[in-house]
Amino acid sequence: MDLYILAQQWVNGLVLGSTYGLIAVGYTMVYGIIGMINFAHGEIYMIAAYLTAIFLALFGLLGIQSLPVVLLGVLLLTVFFTALYGWSVERVAYRPLRHSTRLAPLISAIGISLILQNYIRISQGARNQGVPPLLDGVFRFPSDSLDQRFIQITYLQSLIVVVALLSMALLTWIIQRTALGRACRATQQDRVMANLLGVHTDRVISLVFVMGAAMAAVAGLLVTLNYGSFDFYVGFLMGIKAFTAAVLGGIGSLPGAMLGGVVLGLAESFFAGFVNSDYKDVFAFSILILFLVFRPNGLLGVPEVEKV
Amino acid sequence: MHRSRPFFHVVLLFLLALFVCHPSMAAEPIKIGMAGPFSGADASFGEQLWRGAEQAAADINAAGGVLGRPIQLIKADDACEPKQASAVASRLVDMDKVVAVVGHFCSSSTIPASTIYADAGVLMMTPGSTNPAITERQLPTLFRMCGRDDQQGVVGADFVVKQLKAQRVAVLHDKTTYGQGLADSMRNRLRSAGQTEVLYEGLTRGEKDFNALVTKLKGVQADAVYFGGYHSEAGPLVRQMREQGMKAPLISGDGSFSEVLVVSAGGPQFVEGVYMTFGADPRKIPAGQTLVERFRKNGYEPEGYTLYSYATVQAIVAAMKATRSLEGEKLAQWLHTHPVETVMGIKSWDAKGDLQVSDYVMYRWDDKGKYREVE
Repeated sequence: MDLYILAQQWVNGLVLGSTYGLIAVGYTMVYGIIGMINFAHGEIYMIAAYLTAIFLALFGLLGIQSLPVVLLGVLLLTVFFTALYGWSVERVAYRPLRHSTRLAPLISAIGISLILQNYIRISQGARNQGVPPLLDGVFRFPSDSLDQRFIQITYLQSLIVVVALLSMALLTWIIQRTALGRACRATQQDRVMANLLGVHTDRVISLVFVMGAAMAAVAGLLVTLNYGSFDFYVGFLMGIKAFTAAVLGGIGSLPGAMLGGVVLGLAESFFAGFVNSDYKDVFAFSILILFLVFRPNGLLGVPEVEKV
Repeated sequence: MHRSRPFFHVVLLFLLALFVCHPSMAAEPIKIGMAGPFSGADASFGEQLWRGAEQAAADINAAGGVLGRPIQLIKADDACEPKQASAVASRLVDMDKVVAVVGHFCSSSTIPASTIYADAGVLMMTPGSTNPAITERQLPTLFRMCGRDDQQGVVGADFVVKQLKAQRVAVLHDKTTYGQGLADSMRNRLRSAGQTEVLYEGLTRGEKDFNALVTKLKGVQADAVYFGGYHSEAGPLVRQMREQGMKAPLISGDGSFSEVLVVSAGGPQFVEGVYMTFGADPRKIPAGQTLVERFRKNGYEPEGYTLYSYATVQAIVAAMKATRSLEGEKLAQWLHTHPVETVMGIKSWDAKGDLQVSDYVMYRWDDKGKYREVE
């Protein structure tokens, strides 16, 4: 087997896995704190992709050329507005249902996901949308190779991996070390008690949604720039894959989301690359089933203690 | 007590007369279903179909309608999903009572829906479904306004072998009825020309990351890649081929025939050297020039299947006018035996409902994001 091809598939899987991981964080954080699956999260990611394109166009219109300024400006704006969407979704669809059955928010999540999808379809059109390549360039090893014998990773792909790792570290630090993180953990363990002790649990839950949406915004920006195109439907498949990654890694665990993403990405890449791309999803989901059978809490999940 | 009020009665009678005798409003409209993907990943094709059909209906109504009645299009969204296609087909037949259907678009929707129309004796003409199986089933009321994938795949394969002189051809598809059917017919032709493909695989619709597959293409050293599928996957695929340093041309079919391919790829620099088969550009056919101008004046470029859809409505209406009937069987019988003058030239159909003449040609994209016919 060609060593370059093998190494390239590692790179492909790692990059794909990092994008899954970035989005999986949103699922895992929300599940961690209120024990529900936010099925609208994929749509939040999709909205971030649209916002990225809109702000890129805006910066182009204003004549701002400097790459770092554009990248940072678009990132901040996209994160802010996407977070706003995340906050509103929680406010509108989940908070009113906080004290109803466990299934009610699940259904309203699916509802809000359909609403967002069609809202974007109607307001932005059903066509594919694209963004111009912003960060061209590629690392190649060996760099002087004339034939196809090299391993490569584009600048953007390496940025995706680095940002995914950094944001994972940052979020873990927030949850483990800050006052906000303590409030989050308290809310997770016992919402009523936390409330009695002065934790504003509703606000904490809102903040978790905002953080999850912010991560989706980062992913939306980077992934959109990487693939160059998107439509109102991209959130669906990406959402399912990211959700799978979160479950695989152990839902509720932040490093687990990243690890699950990378495992899923590598599994897909290797199966598509060396066996058959027709059945790569079958393979990926078979892994998921095996994990659920033999390790129901995922790679890094902790068994949930049933409260009596 | 009761006083007669002649004036009031006269007014009432007059109003009633207005109501009954209004020339065209009073006539019950003839309902024609327009079924296609108006939502979902293929909605851009649905938009092409709708624009064409809507314009055709408006033009026909402005010219006095059919048999003294206006035509009314009933929009039915199948989202390119077979299950939903059956559901909307039943609705068009049972609830809306349409007399004919323009559509569907995706072959995987057209096939299940067509049996429902055939059972109800409703005339159906698809502007864009190219899978051979559609007309091979010999449904008497089914027609298409486009070619077949076994013609399209042959043109593609011959081009790859004779013009590109490729030795190591990889054949990919998107696992849909259309995509895989097209890839299969291309592969068959390739094999009968004495070549075996180096790779034959499917990818998943809706995904954006095909890097693993592209690396595999590099591994088998493909010097041409044929893709049976739609532009939303063809775009990212060719972009990732170029990003990974692959220079092999990508050849595809009518599913990529849209300027949206440039957007899907994320820039015109990526689509350079992409080839695709499609009917001779309908916008260049003299019969449709004034219509094309009218579309452009309204800020819409009538590309892809827009004019096909317009022509489909024209053909259905022509059959109604000639037979002075709305019965599916009669209309179909007439269409099987009579040529129709449409915006795309004169069209005629064989006994299966396929066009007598199909005119697939090869187009090539340049680095400006435009395509033109390969000489």
